[in-house]
Formats: sequence, structure tokens, C-alpha cells
Amino acid sequence: MTRRLMEGSEAMVEAAIAAGCRFFAGYPMTPFTEVLEHFAAKLPEVGGVCINAESELEAVGMAWGALATGARAATGSTGQGLALMQESFSEMTRAELPLVVFHMARGQGDYFQATRGGGHGDYRHIVLAPENVHEGVALTQLAFELADRWRNPVQIYGDYLLAHTAEAVVIPTSDQPERPPKDWAVDGSLGGSGRSRNLNPLGMEKGTKGIEPEPFWKRLQAKHDEIAKTETRCDTESTDDADVVVVAFGSMARFARHAVRELRKDGARVGLVRPITLWPFPTDALAEACEGVKRVAVLEQNGGQMIDDVRLSILGRAPVDPIGGISSDAAGFGIGPIFNPDNVRERIRGALEGREVAA
Amino acid sequence: MSRDPLRVIQTSVTQSPVIKTDQPPSEPAKQKGRFRPALLLHEDHDLCPGCGEPIAIRLMLEVIEELGQAQNSIGVIGIGCYTAFTSSMDVDLVQALHGRAPSVATGAKRMRPDSLIFTLQGDGDMVNEGLQEVIHTAARGESVTCILLNNGVFGETGGHMTATTVLGQRTKNSIEGRDADYHGYPILIGDLLAQLGGTVYAARGSVHDAAGVVKTKNMLRRAFESQLEGGGFSFVEILTMCPTGWFVPTAEGPGYLDNVLGAVHATGELKNHERLVTTAQLLAETRPSGP
Repeated sequence: MTRRLMEGSEAMVEAAIAAGCRFFAGYPMTPFTEVLEHFAAKLPEVGGVCINAESELEAVGMAWGALATGARAATGSTGQGLALMQESFSEMTRAELPLVVFHMARGQGDYFQATRGGGHGDYRHIVLAPENVHEGVALTQLAFELADRWRNPVQIYGDYLLAHTAEAVVIPTSDQPERPPKDWAVDGSLGGSGRSRNLNPLGMEKGTKGIEPEPFWKRLQAKHDEIAKTETRCDTESTDDADVVVVAFGSMARFARHAVRELRKDGARVGLVRPITLWPFPTDALAEACEGVKRVAVLEQNGGQMIDDVRLSILGRAPVDPIGGISSDAAGFGIGPIFNPDNVRERIRGALEGREVAA
Repeated sequence: MSRDPLRVIQTSVTQSPVIKTDQPPSEPAKQKGRFRPALLLHEDHDLCPGCGEPIAIRLMLEVIEELGQAQNSIGVIGIGCYTAFTSSMDVDLVQALHGRAPSVATGAKRMRPDSLIFTLQGDGDMVNEGLQEVIHTAARGESVTCILLNNGVFGETGGHMTATTVLGQRTKNSIEGRDADYHGYPILIGDLLAQLGGTVYAARGSVHDAAGVVKTKNMLRRAFESQLEGGGFSFVEILTMCPTGWFVPTAEGPGYLDNVLGAVHATGELKNHERLVTTAQLLAETRPSGP
């Protein structure tokens, strides 16, 4: 196992290929572009295919076709590009296709898009939010595993910092978990047998007429309930005696962790809860970590989105206040002045002192 | 092949005397043969009387079987009336979103290059909602076959204007007829696709009469064969009757197709490898006196 210095985009692409991903289609857009570049360079080397699609609509459609044949496949973009893919995302969830989506967002303003989705009907995606490149590698491989296990799309929510920060990482190539058989995939072999497949989002069966949506949708809902029960992931630090717990995800959590450790050195009773799965949201773990705290401070780089899930977890047992806010660079790529250790520390200090923190 | 229904029809026409229709039949009607293709699980469907789509689907299934591709085919199905056949076509299928079948077919073909991959789409699906998909798939030279069932209307919603509706054609949202100044012009999708470098075969057939059915079946065969040769993109447009969506009596469907749609979307081969023909040239050859 060699440790190599790689930016997040390259490391996650290496991790995806090591996990068996053999198809990728995407459309360039900052800060996702390098994910596409690395797939384009590396997939042909392993006999895979990367297509520069003419739009995000077609990119997700191509991944749909590759997944239908049983291949591990992925697409990705920024929140803007993912907005175009929403119809396919919701329909692919109902067709139970194990899609992996690399979302290199322009900041954290796409939390609602990632966790609620903009597609039609009842559907859910697992959303994984890595804090750093090392975790980006691990969560990329987990994403393919979860997608196959649940036959459900999984999104990796990263950002400019994750995609472009270079870190020394190891790409695990062995010890990949055994893949579940894909007897649902289409290979053409059952044509004329009376048992040919119809991989569809409507629960349609061959040999029958019409559709019966209600039992099909209820079965999917039961699956999503089961995912919500079993797949929450959360990281907590120094919460046992905390007066204030900071809740943050992704790159913002990396800054929060640094500030929390500095403030702890000064004797401040402050802890950190970092949801790793944004859906399913780690409601129980968060509620437990925040038991008895004076204040819950939500540090997110947006106008207030994850704070809804935090409040639904705390249920009024403590005040839940925003200490983040909209913060952008001039180009709108999501690397605003909030990403500054002093800035983040002062926001958390304000929460400790019971001050209102201006966004 | 003896079970080819077209052969059965031709044989019976040449051997049977002309049946008088101005008097009661001399003997009760009896079934002359079974026309259900082997790759159709059952004959139940909800499509309207006089619809041309089942004929086109029958031809497609027959060709797949005759080419020995029944166990090697993956169909990607768009959304329209023809989608009802996904539960009865005995071929591995993937249901796509409206307009998105060509990209889904692309992903499937890239992962399974030896499979016969086709799309089945209507004019609303392919030429309205998914026009960029089919054009880029052709331009990339993907070795897939896109099949367009073109009836010039959104049949499933009840007869609304599509991108192939011809000038003057009445639809529910061009009730006085399609007006070029107000609604714009129809798209001749076959010409657009034929001129692209990635396209090796493009043709437009029709199922409004027996000759058209035979020619269309040959077009489907050539398209699938060119895919199996691996040369690039192939395309067959099939004009189909939609008397319900055209607001004409069922029996007038074939004639309306020939006189209205067929007078603009002329039938014939548009591209066969190096040979490129335009719809305008086909019209000049087949309808020299004009539409």
C-alpha cells in the first residue's frame, strides 16, 4: 500500500476504480470538472469507459444504461448540474439502480437538494459527506457498497475544498467486500424464455397488463425506512461534558474541529457533532450527544438548511442557533471567507458566551 | 420461413379468389393463421383500433427473432402508447424516461458491446423531448438502433401537436391546423440524423399498407444488421396510424397517413453507408406531382 499525494478529485476517482467502477459520464463544471478529467484519463486503462456527455441529462441517462447491465457506474456534477438530473435521480431510485453520484458542490447551499431532492414522488438517496480526502476515499468505496446492497442511489457531497485539496492518501485495492449478485440486471439472455426482464420504475411485471403503483411504492418506502434505521453515520468529539455542541458537516466540520480543539485547550466546554450521512440524518446520535447542553450551534455555509434537521433531532430540548451563514468567493464557487480558522473560532466563542452570531 | 405472417398473407392473396363483399359470406369466417410473433407473450393490449404501433412492434420482434438475436437483445423503451407493450415483449427491457432512451442505450452498449441494443420511441419522445439525445448518439456513432414510431401527434395524451406534425394538420392544440407562422415547421428527423458522420443507416418506412409493411421490415433488418456489423448508429422511422389522435374514422387511418404525413415524411432509405438521399429527393421520386 503506497501513500500518494493526490487532490481529492483524483483520490476519489482512484478509490472508485479500485471499488470496481467501470463507467462514468459527466459534463464539466467547476469544481466537479477534475473528477471527470481523472475518470476520463484512468477508466480506459482498466477497460472502462468515460463519456463526456453533451449535457447532465444525458450523463445520468448513460449511467442508467450502464447500471442496468449490472456494471458499477457513476455520474456527478455540481448542484447546478445535479438540478438537471433530478428527474432521473427520482426515477432511478424507483427502478432500484445502484447509482453513485459525485457531487462537488459550490459550497453547502445544496444541502436541501441533496437530502430532500428535487425529483418527483417519494424517494430517498443516501448522502455521504466526507470531511477530508482520506475520508473521501473511504466513503467513495462505501458508496458503491451501499448502492449495491440497497439497490439505491448514493450521493457523495463534497465541495471545492475537498475536490482540490491535496493530501497523502492510501487507496485500498484489496479487501473489497463481496458484491451481491445482480440477477436483476439485463444482459439480453432471457429473451424468448417467457421470463425476460423489464427494468422499470413502475413495478411492472412481464406477462401482466397495466401497473399497480401503490404496493410497489409502499415496498420502496419500507426499504427507505430500513435504510434510515440502519445506515446513519455520525462522528462526535468532546461532547460528554460540553455546554455547547457545534454541528457541522463536510469541509465546514474540518474547520470546526480545529476551532473546538483550540477552545478546549483554553478550557472551554465545547464539543462537535459531525453527521457523516446527511440522509439518513443521525437524529438519535445527535440528540444523545446534545443531552444536557446549554446550546446547540449549527455551523453551515448556507442560509440555514441542515439546522432544520438539527432542530427535528433536538426537539426543543436546547436552543438551536445558526453560527454559519452564506459565504462566497467572487466567482461563487463556494470558498467564502467563512473558511478561516479565526473566523470559525470566534463564531463558536460567541455561541459559548451566549451571544448572537451574525451570519 | 413458413411462420412469417407476411408470406401467409401473400400466399393467400395469390391463391384465393376475390371475396365478394356486397353479399353475405357463403361460409362462416375461419382463422387462416396465427400472427402472434414468438417474442410476444400475449396479444392483450389497450391500444386503439386502427393503431399502427402494434404492426411496427410485431415487425421489430420478428426481425430480432429471425436474426437469431432473441437471447442477445436489450430494448430501451421510451414513453408513449407503445410503452404498454413492455409487459408483453419477451425481450430484456429497460424503461427510460421520456426522451432519454438513446443515452440509456449508449451506457448499455458501452458495457455490453456485443448485445443488440435498440430504443423504441415515439415522435413526442424522440423529436420533442429528447431531440438532443438522439442527435448526439448518432453523432458519436454509437452502435445502437433507434426506432421511431412517428404518427405526428402525442397519441397518449389524446392527439396534440409534436415536432413532426405536418403543416395544416389538425391537433388538439393546433385546432385550425398547424400554421407555419404561428407553430413553426415540422422536423424531418431522418434527414438530420442521416447527414451525421456517425450514422451508417437511416430509413423511413410506413405501415399503412402491405407493401409498406414489407419494406419497413426490410429496413429494420438492415438497421439491426448494420449494428451487428459494428459500423455505427442506425435509425428506422416508422410512420404509424393514429386515427384517434387524428380525429378520423378508424378505416380512414391508412389513407390519412399516406396523404397527410406521408406527403411530407416521404418513405425510403435516407442513408445506407455512403449513399445519402434527402427526403426532398424521395418526395420528387415518389410523388412527382407534389403533395
